[in-house]
Amino acid sequence: MAAVSAGAPARPAGPARPAGPARSARTSRPARTGGPARAPRFGTAPSLGTAAVVLIVVGLVFAVPLVALLQFTFRQGTDGSLTTAHYTALADPANAGTYQPVFDGLGASLLIAVIAVAIVLLVLLPAQVITALHHPRLRRILEFVCLVPITVPVVVLVVGFVPVYQFVAQVFGSGAWTLSFAIGIIALPFAFRPISAAITAMDLITLTEAARSLGASWWTVTWRVLLPNLRRGILAACFLTITVVLGEYTLASFLSRTTFQTALLLVQGTDPYVAAIFSLGALVFGFLLLVAIGRIGQRRTRVRRPHPKDPA
Amino acid sequence: MTTTAPTAPAAPASLSGAGAVVELDAVEKRYGTHRALAGLSLRVEPGEFLSLLGPSGCGKTTALRALAGLEAIDAGAIRIDGEDVANTPANKRDMGMVFQQYSLFPHMTVRQNVAFGLEMRKVPSSERKSRVVDALDMVHLADFADRFPHQLSGGQQQRVALARALVTRPRVLLLDEPLSALDAKVRVSLREEIRRIQSDLGITTVFVTHDQEEALAVSDRIAVMNAGDIEQIGTPEELYRSPSSAFTADFVGQSNRLGGDLRGGDVFVYGFRVPALDLTVADGPVLAYVRPEDIAFAAEGVTGRVVSSSFLGSIRRTTVRLDDDTIVTVQHEVGDRRVSGDSVAVRLLGAPVAVAPVS
Repeated sequence: MAAVSAGAPARPAGPARPAGPARSARTSRPARTGGPARAPRFGTAPSLGTAAVVLIVVGLVFAVPLVALLQFTFRQGTDGSLTTAHYTALADPANAGTYQPVFDGLGASLLIAVIAVAIVLLVLLPAQVITALHHPRLRRILEFVCLVPITVPVVVLVVGFVPVYQFVAQVFGSGAWTLSFAIGIIALPFAFRPISAAITAMDLITLTEAARSLGASWWTVTWRVLLPNLRRGILAACFLTITVVLGEYTLASFLSRTTFQTALLLVQGTDPYVAAIFSLGALVFGFLLLVAIGRIGQRRTRVRRPHPKDPA
Repeated sequence: MTTTAPTAPAAPASLSGAGAVVELDAVEKRYGTHRALAGLSLRVEPGEFLSLLGPSGCGKTTALRALAGLEAIDAGAIRIDGEDVANTPANKRDMGMVFQQYSLFPHMTVRQNVAFGLEMRKVPSSERKSRVVDALDMVHLADFADRFPHQLSGGQQQRVALARALVTRPRVLLLDEPLSALDAKVRVSLREEIRRIQSDLGITTVFVTHDQEEALAVSDRIAVMNAGDIEQIGTPEELYRSPSSAFTADFVGQSNRLGGDLRGGDVFVYGFRVPALDLTVADGPVLAYVRPEDIAFAAEGVTGRVVSSSFLGSIRRTTVRLDDDTIVTVQHEVGDRRVSGDSVAVRLLGAPVAVAPVS
């Protein structure tokens, strides 16, 4: 940021270049009007054609199962005809008994998500900020601890959790919400990264010291300086935690709690269409959360353009 | 820097306050076994612009941070106008600080940044507004009040940081290498602006820098620091002309280190007799620190060959390899052009020199 350029518009090519034969005709032409076909290629980006092929293939890999799932939710029997009956059936009180577990599981999962987010905000975030401010040497250790859960298969984790949860059940009962402690741990790697990136992106120590020297208490420093600057990372951490919670199956299943995912499996036996509808809904929700994360990031970067009228 | 106006407005009355006396008394700070401050004592007079100058790791930044309350000290006292603040937290010390790194709050506009300290002091909103405007006027950035920090150049950001530090009328202004991230031209103009504002406001200022030219240019006094303590303190002229030690002579300005023989207060270098500054050094072989401007080309003298010559605008500096392979730098007129390989003779002009025993 130190040296802002004079803001002169980029020129496509040097004006005084001697007009050589074929070569100059190609290079002096701006890529935008010259068309991609003949222009010599510089830089590391693949050609438009390659990029399109890659994007289409990757897009299909993701889209085909989703479209199939969507189509399935409208399917009528095995003859290929379509109907909206499965959607209307959701609202039918006659089916309430069948679908109740899904709604219960969804409620439990949302409660778990709220508690897991609270754990991220009240335990992980302060730990990361305090580490960055006062114990920078512990950062690596904290990072290691937070990333361990992603390296251990959940099935293995569960083996450890079973005896722990015998104790947890004695203290807090066997409600599904108690899973949030375990899921909070599984979500750590996903929550750690965005917060860590936000902390690295801001000069936490200098801003804190500047605020302190201007007379701010620690509370004010946190509220007025740290949180607004970490907002992006914190929101991303929360959204990712929510998606982890909504997608968690193994823990709930092994610890015999009913959550959204276990309920889906339960209902699938009696009504696969409803399970598909809810799965699709969860995917769309997760997708929207990710788009929201992207948006938050984008808004900041868009503002970051240098001001055209800036002097050096 | 577009607005280094010759019509610099006088410092607004809303910002000026009386300068405070700053005293450091035998301040110690240790990091493990390393003594960052080794019993540092220092007194800064009201309204004085004092620079802490030294190589990296000499403790100058630690001293400033201890003064600001950002670093706890292990022993000693820090007094502002006689009041011991060693145990006062940073937010209660009433000091303005400008940092080396850009330290504006990125999510606030320039106006909000400058108003921050006033909000912390619960200054009423109407007064706050006028003082923010005054402070931004002072650094010629009134038109930039609604910009965000990332829309400003480095120099502008540091000027806003200066306005933010001064708007609260602090007792002391602390500057922690505020110019080091800027490019050369901005650095010079901003240091002059800082000095002008400081003189207008009459605020006691402590300025940390490793750039001796910067310190010489703006300071009332300079404290040269070495290994956690003050090596020498004095006006820029004193430090330059009468360095009390080889360290100061070496660090402040440029010096030629020439072997000589000390006898009865005079050094004999290549047969030239020059007075020694430090009379505590015992007679015998010494190193003499001779300034480039205290050596001149002559028809007769020590002979050698020109290695290189640099044009520095108003002067020229030429490096000569003497016949005994010693390298000396000679400062001379621009018109006197020497070319690499020329045979030359140089002589010492006889100005007093710092000496150090040959170890």
